[in-house]
Amino acid sequence: MNDNNQDLRVDIGGGLKLNNPVMTASGTFGYGREFESFTELDSLGAIVVKGISLRPRPGNPPPRIVETACGMLNAIGLENVGLEAFIKDKLPYLKGHKCPLIVNILGDSIEEYRHLAAGLDQEEGISAIELNISCPNVKKGGVAFGSQPDLARELTTTVRQATSLPLIVKLSPNVSDIGAMARAAETGGANAVSLINTLIGMAIDIRLKKPVLANITGGLSGPAIKPVALRMVWQAADAVHIPVIGIGGISTWQDAMEFIMAGASAIQVGTANFFNPAAVDEIQAGIRRYMRENNINQLHTLIGAARGGK
Amino acid sequence: MIQAKRQITLNESLGADIYRLSIQAPEIAATAQAGQFIMVKTGVGFDPLLRRPFSIHQTEGDEIQILFKRLGKGTTLLSKLAAGQQLDILGPLGNAFTLQEGPCCLIGGGMGVAPLLFLAQTMRSRGITPHILLGARNKAELMAFLPAFQALDGSLRYATDDGSMGQRGFIIEALPALLAEDNKAKWQVYSCGPYPMMRAVAAICQHKWPCQVSMETMMACGISACLGCTITARNTNRKGGKYLHVCQDGPVFAAEQIEWKS
Ligand SMILES: Cc1cc2nc3c(=O)[nH]c(=O)nc-3n(C[C@H](O)[C@H](O)[C@H](O)COP(=O)(O)OP(=O)(O)OC[C@H]3O[C@@H](n4cnc5c(N)ncnc54)[C@H](O)[C@@H]3O)c2cc1C
Ligand SMILES: Cc1cc2nc3c(=O)[nH]c(=O)nc-3n(C[C@H](O)[C@H](O)[C@H](O)COP(=O)(O)O)c2cc1C
Ligand code: FES
Repeated sequence: MNDNNQDLRVDIGGGLKLNNPVMTASGTFGYGREFESFTELDSLGAIVVKGISLRPRPGNPPPRIVETACGMLNAIGLENVGLEAFIKDKLPYLKGHKCPLIVNILGDSIEEYRHLAAGLDQEEGISAIELNISCPNVKKGGVAFGSQPDLARELTTTVRQATSLPLIVKLSPNVSDIGAMARAAETGGANAVSLINTLIGMAIDIRLKKPVLANITGGLSGPAIKPVALRMVWQAADAVHIPVIGIGGISTWQDAMEFIMAGASAIQVGTANFFNPAAVDEIQAGIRRYMRENNINQLHTLIGAARGGK
Repeated sequence: MIQAKRQITLNESLGADIYRLSIQAPEIAATAQAGQFIMVKTGVGFDPLLRRPFSIHQTEGDEIQILFKRLGKGTTLLSKLAAGQQLDILGPLGNAFTLQEGPCCLIGGGMGVAPLLFLAQTMRSRGITPHILLGARNKAELMAFLPAFQALDGSLRYATDDGSMGQRGFIIEALPALLAEDNKAKWQVYSCGPYPMMRAVAAICQHKWPCQVSMETMMACGISACLGCTITARNTNRKGGKYLHVCQDGPVFAAEQIEWKS
C-alpha cells in the first residue's frame, strides 16, 4: 500500500508523528490482536487500546448493547483486564508491531489516573497516553471529570506531571461548551485533545415496559453521531492551538476527510470496526486514492481546509 | 477466520417464515465445527448497522448453510436475497460443542435446532447415533426443519406447542423419559433453543448428566472486541465479575457455568 508520492504523515503533538491519520478508537478494537486476521496492524496510524484501569473491572450486567437507527448504545461499564494484566498479557504482543501504541486510561479518582500514568511511563513500547475523562469521579459524588472544566484541568495537570509521554485528553460530548473543555485540557498541559466519546442515550423495550440496557442509559456511537461529532471537532479546533483528533461515526474515507477538513489532525475509527473489521485499512486506502486523484502530496495541507483560513 | 463477500448459492423459503441460505465459503466450510457461527452483514449501508449472528446449520463441500427465521429488519433483508448475489460474512466464530463418550441426546426448539443438525451430522460421521428431540410451535414450523433431521438415521422425536404434529406440548417433557430409558448410562445432553427450554434442560441434567447449551445474546462484533455479548456466570472470573462473553467463551457452555435467571 506504500505509495511514495503521497505523504500521509501527521503530527499529533508532544513529538508524536503518525505515518497516517487513521487510528482505532478505544474500546472498539480490543487489544489489537482481535483484528489481526482482518487488518494490517503494522500500517495503522496508531492503535488505541481498550481503556485500562488500575485494577481489573468486571463491567456492567447484561444486556449491555442495543442497536439503534444507524448506531448503537453501549453500557459495557469499562470492563478491562487492569494495568498489571495489560502489561503482562497484552503489551508484549502490541510491542511486536510497528505502529504506535496509545494506551487509554480511566479512573475513579485523580489518584488512580496518576498511578496509571506513572505505571505506563515505566513501560517500553507505549507512544502516548489517552485520558478518558468521561468517567465518574467517585470522590466528587460521581460527577464526570469531563463535565466540568476545573476538574478536567486539575486531572490533566496531575497526569501531566506523572508522565513524560505525549498526553491526549479525550473529551466527553455531554457538556454545554466543548470549547471550554478543550481549553481546560490545553491549559492542563495536554498535547492533543480527542473527541468525541459517546453521547448518553437510552432505549426502551415497549413489550417489557422497561429500559433495554440493564444500566438504563448507554453511550450512543456510530454513523448516527457523526454530524454532532463533526460540529464539536470544528468548535474544539477553534478553541485550542494543540492538535485535535476527530472521533464519532467515522465509517468511510469520506467521513475521515470531513473531520480532517474541519480541523482534525488525525481521526479514530470506532463502531465501524464492529460491522466492518477491515474499515481502518479501507479508510486509509480511500484517503490515499483521494489524494492521488486530486494531486495532493501532503495530507497535512488539508487539515482545516474547510475553515477558510480560520 | 475470514471476512469476505461470498456468493449465495441457495436461499429457499421453507414455510413459517423460515429460510435456509447456502453460501460458497470454502475457507469456512473446511474448518467449521458444530456449534460455531458466522456474522452476516444483512444489508448495504448503515441501517441495520450491525452484523447478525447465525449458527452454521450444515456444511457441504465448499458451502456452508444457515437456517434462519424472519424476525426483524436484518432477517427480512436476508430473506429477500437470491442465489447469485453476494453476502458479506465473517467466520467461523466461537467455540464448538465437545463430543463426549456415552449415549447422546440433542434437544432443540425453534431456530435453536440450527446448530443441532450440524452436530448430529458430525456425530453420525464418527459412528455415534444421537437421540434427537425437536420442538416447534406448530406443524408448519416443524416441517421447515424436520426433513433435514429425518435424513439422518437415528432416533427422532418431536412435539409441537399446539399438537398439530407429533406430541402436543413442549419437547422438554419428553426428556426425562428418554434419559430414564437408560438410567445408568452416562448421557451427554446438548441443547439449543429458547432460554426457558435450555434452563429446564439444565435443571433436569443438573448433578446427573453433563449438559452443553448454546446461548444467544445481542452481539455487535462477534470477535471479542466490543465486550457487549455478556451473560451472567455462576462463578466469579478473574476480573472480579460474573460475566461470560458469548462470542468468545461460547456460544456453547456447560450448563452449570451459567447463572440461570427465573
Ligand atoms: C450465536 C448466535 C447464533 C444464532 N443463530 C441463529 C440461527 O441459526 N438462526 C436464527 O434464525 N437466528 C439465530 N440467532 C438469532 C439471530 O441472530 C437474530 O434472530 C437476528 O439477529 C435478528 O435480526 P433482525 O434484524 O431480523 O431482528 P431485529 O430487528 O434486530 O430484532 C427482531 C427481534 O429479534 C431479537 N433479536 C435481535 N438480535 C438478536 C440476537 N442476536 N439474539 C436473539 N434475539 C435477537 C430482537 O430482540 C427482536 O425481538 C442467533 C443468535 C446468536 C447470538
Ligand atoms: C463498545 C464500546 C466501548 C467503548 N469503550 C471505550 C473505552 O474504554 N474508553 C474510551 O475512551 N472510549 C470508549 N468508547 C468510545 C469510542 O472510543 C468512541 O469515542 C465513540 O464510540 C465514538 O466513535 P464511533 O462513533 O466511531 O464509535 C467505546 C465505544 C464503544 C461503542
Ligand atoms: S459480540 Fe463483541 S465481544 Fe462478543
